[in-house]
Amino acid sequence: MARVVVDVMLKPEILDPQGQAVQRALPRLGFDGISDVRQGKRFELEVDGPVDEAALARIHDLAESFLANTVIEDFSIRVEEVAEAAK
Amino acid sequence: MSRTPLDTVEHAAATPDVELPWAELGLKKDEYERVVEILGRRPTGAELAMYSVMWSEHCSYKSSKVHLRQFGEKAPESDAMLVGIGENAGVVDVGQGYAVTFKVESHNHPSYVEPYQGAATGVGGIVRDIIAMGARPVAVVDPLRFGAADHPDTKRVLPGVVAGIGGYGNCLGLPNIGGEVVFDACYQGNPLVNAGAIGVMRHEDIHLAKASGAGNKVILYGARTGGDGIGGASILASETFDDAKPSKRPAVQVGDPFQEKLLIECTLEAFQEKLVVGIQDLGAAGLSCATSELASNGSGGMRVTLDDVPLRDSTLSPEEILMSESQERMCAVVEPEKVDRFLEICEKWDVIATVIGEVTDGDRLEIYWHGGKIVDVDPRTVAHEGPVYERPYARPSWQDELQADDANKLPRPATSEELKDQVLKLVGSPNQASKSWITSQYDHFVQGNTVLAQPEDSGMIRIDEETGLGVAIATDGNGRYAKLDPYHGAQLALAEAYRNVATTGAKPLAVSDCLNFGSPEDPAVMWQFAEAVRGLADACQQLGTPVTGGNVSLYNQTGEAAIHPTPVVAVLGVIDDVARRTPVAFQEEGQLLYLLGDTREEFGGSAWSQVVHDHLGGLPPKVDLERERLLAEILISASRDGMIDSAHDLSDGGLIQAVVESALLGQKGARLIVPDGLDAFTFLFSESAGRAVVAVPRSEEVRFNDMCGARGLPVTRIGVVDGDVVDVQGEFALTLSELRETHESTIPALLK
Amino acid sequence: MTARIGVVTFPGSLDDRDTQRAIRVAGAEPVALWHKDKDLKQVDAVVLCGGFSYGDYLRAGAIARFSPVMEPLLEQAKAGLPVLGICNGFQILTEAHLLPGTMLRNDHLHFICRDQKLRVENAGTAWTTDYSAGQEIHIPLKNNDGQYVADAYTLDKLEAEGRVAFRYLDFNPNGSQRDIAGVSNEAGNVVGLMPHPEHAVEPLIGTGRTDGLPFFTSILKKLVNA
Repeated sequence: MARVVVDVMLKPEILDPQGQAVQRALPRLGFDGISDVRQGKRFELEVDGPVDEAALARIHDLAESFLANTVIEDFSIRVEEVAEAAK
Repeated sequence: MSRTPLDTVEHAAATPDVELPWAELGLKKDEYERVVEILGRRPTGAELAMYSVMWSEHCSYKSSKVHLRQFGEKAPESDAMLVGIGENAGVVDVGQGYAVTFKVESHNHPSYVEPYQGAATGVGGIVRDIIAMGARPVAVVDPLRFGAADHPDTKRVLPGVVAGIGGYGNCLGLPNIGGEVVFDACYQGNPLVNAGAIGVMRHEDIHLAKASGAGNKVILYGARTGGDGIGGASILASETFDDAKPSKRPAVQVGDPFQEKLLIECTLEAFQEKLVVGIQDLGAAGLSCATSELASNGSGGMRVTLDDVPLRDSTLSPEEILMSESQERMCAVVEPEKVDRFLEICEKWDVIATVIGEVTDGDRLEIYWHGGKIVDVDPRTVAHEGPVYERPYARPSWQDELQADDANKLPRPATSEELKDQVLKLVGSPNQASKSWITSQYDHFVQGNTVLAQPEDSGMIRIDEETGLGVAIATDGNGRYAKLDPYHGAQLALAEAYRNVATTGAKPLAVSDCLNFGSPEDPAVMWQFAEAVRGLADACQQLGTPVTGGNVSLYNQTGEAAIHPTPVVAVLGVIDDVARRTPVAFQEEGQLLYLLGDTREEFGGSAWSQVVHDHLGGLPPKVDLERERLLAEILISASRDGMIDSAHDLSDGGLIQAVVESALLGQKGARLIVPDGLDAFTFLFSESAGRAVVAVPRSEEVRFNDMCGARGLPVTRIGVVDGDVVDVQGEFALTLSELRETHESTIPALLK
Repeated sequence: MTARIGVVTFPGSLDDRDTQRAIRVAGAEPVALWHKDKDLKQVDAVVLCGGFSYGDYLRAGAIARFSPVMEPLLEQAKAGLPVLGICNGFQILTEAHLLPGTMLRNDHLHFICRDQKLRVENAGTAWTTDYSAGQEIHIPLKNNDGQYVADAYTLDKLEAEGRVAFRYLDFNPNGSQRDIAGVSNEAGNVVGLMPHPEHAVEPLIGTGRTDGLPFFTSILKKLVNA
């Protein structure tokens, strides 16, 4: 079994009120030197079977049509090895 | 990546032959030539950006203006009107020193592209219009129209729109008290997302969008400016001047209700301390609109330094900054000695505020960028002297055929059993079913002044805790009626909203409208528009309710197919003491039910014809405005004198729909008797206008009948509030639980 | 001599004026407190009202919890100052660990606004003495993140100690564990709940009931008799 991670972020030019609110709170909490915060979503997909090109293509479709709203969001996909040793 | 050379006024004068992308920006050739003529040279890129966006249909009303004039020309004498058409929103005197401002606007297209953000920013925009008048917003309403209820795309659009309205409005702390939800296949590719808001202020607090007093500072405050909604301006930036720039700018604006809430509080605090000379919100056309309108309405000119505008994206070009539609921004004109205090208040609320310019002695709007003058225009030519079109219009060839297809000739139920089935089908149809799945996603309690909210006939808000003074608002529109006859369809929309306000006990005072139509370049659509405006203006004159402002939304069509002409009308009313309000719900068993008004065989455009026969044809119900006025007077008197305990207006779905709603809300049934001279079908389903059902306590029966008799309003006793069934005697009986199941399960099932 | 009850306004607070009105209707004196001030103005009790402080961005209540005003509030609440958290105020109190558990997004994923039936489980807290235990009341509910969750040990402890102050009746509007609508701290001076008692203090307005008024009369009596 493998895990595919899809990160969905607002496109850079789109206003991110949530990230802004977090960023504005940082100096008050004593965390200086952080000029920008953007907030996104992370999806972890547990895939049955091999993560081959076909599977990734399907996940790409899924991310494009469903997980992300491509009008305002970008997404990226990466495969994460599930640690066998932990079993 | 420097922009060389900067397209200054000087540069433009020296390079007359530079080709500008005026067509890509939506200007027609003659419009561009007019800009050149006005300026006596070619415009700079920044000037072109301003003219193109301000002369767009959306901002200039160039197709609708010639018709809209009737609202002013035919305006009835009204003492209530404090500020009329032309400002951000009209203002009405509601007594006791209070003034109320209200307006309805459309956000149709953005809501189709991105339902959540489109609807959310629609709420944000209308609320800023209200603040810009000096008022504290106290409520919002949302008239919504979607495609067929069972269409897959409706499942995408509707939940997004509803969540967006809720997500934004709830976060602002504005109770959502009314509106409509209508389904019709004609809105499939073109949902109508209209948003209305009401604000309250004292008379002396009214503010206007004008920049006066040379030396006064222009302050931009609120969110930073980003690349929102400037698809058009990017053409200027990327193709004409600087090919290296990213050409793709988002057409979708993202709203930040938290920022808007701060903007409300900070603005109201500045008003309270009398720090503001003039104010304008930034909506469509952003800074282009705000600076040119403020300057145009004021006595002087204005000088703005665009470098001082706080940016979210440092790569923006000056053209883009001028056209950006970033949300949650306002522009205030403040006397120099009050600037520090104004900025302090903004700081208190964590709102970014920057002086970006000042009012000047002259009559020019001058904008600078990196030291160069990139705009030098007469602001009036940008804001108010745009093109005006007399678009050709013609009654469509199919109108006669449509009207000849008489709904009164449709097959009617032959048996009591069939009648009962059709009643169930009606109350469970998407348009007539309970909308609580939607309205329960809106906060209607916040601010602690909500007296009535949907599904009441009108929303009602208390505005004075001591005296109980309140205002009511209802919005209505019926695209099916308007398609059959735009003149009378628009009047029926007004009549219904007027009646809805009166049904709750409030006196109708003034009107705002949102006119949703197809392409003005189609003579048939233009005829619908012209007829609707004429009908509405005539009816407002007759009912004594002036139009205080509104909004026109054109080009609502998919390909060649236009939506039904859909004038949505909002009526504002006042009630001296909200304790006297009349609710829809039946209150007590044993109370007598009376039908007010005349019932005729009128089924054209009716809910019955749609639900049972999927039919649209014939003529809409007859309009009798004098009857509407009389009915309203009776309803208001009866409420004030405690003669009725509940009331419900009759409109789409007819009497049975109204009685079922009152019964379900009150959890009390009704026994109905078909009056002499009417058949059961007509009694239950007719949509004759000018009618209401009221519940009268037995102790008030004589007094109520005497009042109606003396004033000549037809009144018919039709039954009694009783039990837990709706029983149409001699025909059928339906239990409340069966009706409830039918009425309440439809919408959740469709959206599951 | 009446009691002075503070109402904190955070950026994004919505029900501050309503809460002040409810305090007035009950006969006490409302005192406006500002989130940037490390000063409670010597009030006798504090209400953290509803709204979307900081837009509820990050997590509901997560940013407001670090406001300057929270410093003296935390200190004094631990020493017995009566504090009521309504909706967003409840969320702030859990983020500040004055109350156990936390609130997740409603299980149905929609904002919900309704007239909610509740049972008063504990009529012994500082804010509930004017109710009787087991009393059924209707209070408006309106939230996006109202699903109360805590681990099983905490829930059992709350139940055993009688610290479940309110429970949803007939309908659980947000998937809260064990139908919990509100809880108190051990001492009973700090209470938080999702429904909005300040919206149910006047006939005709809102739901037309006054079932929320006893919150404010309870605390007034306690403070005046103290």
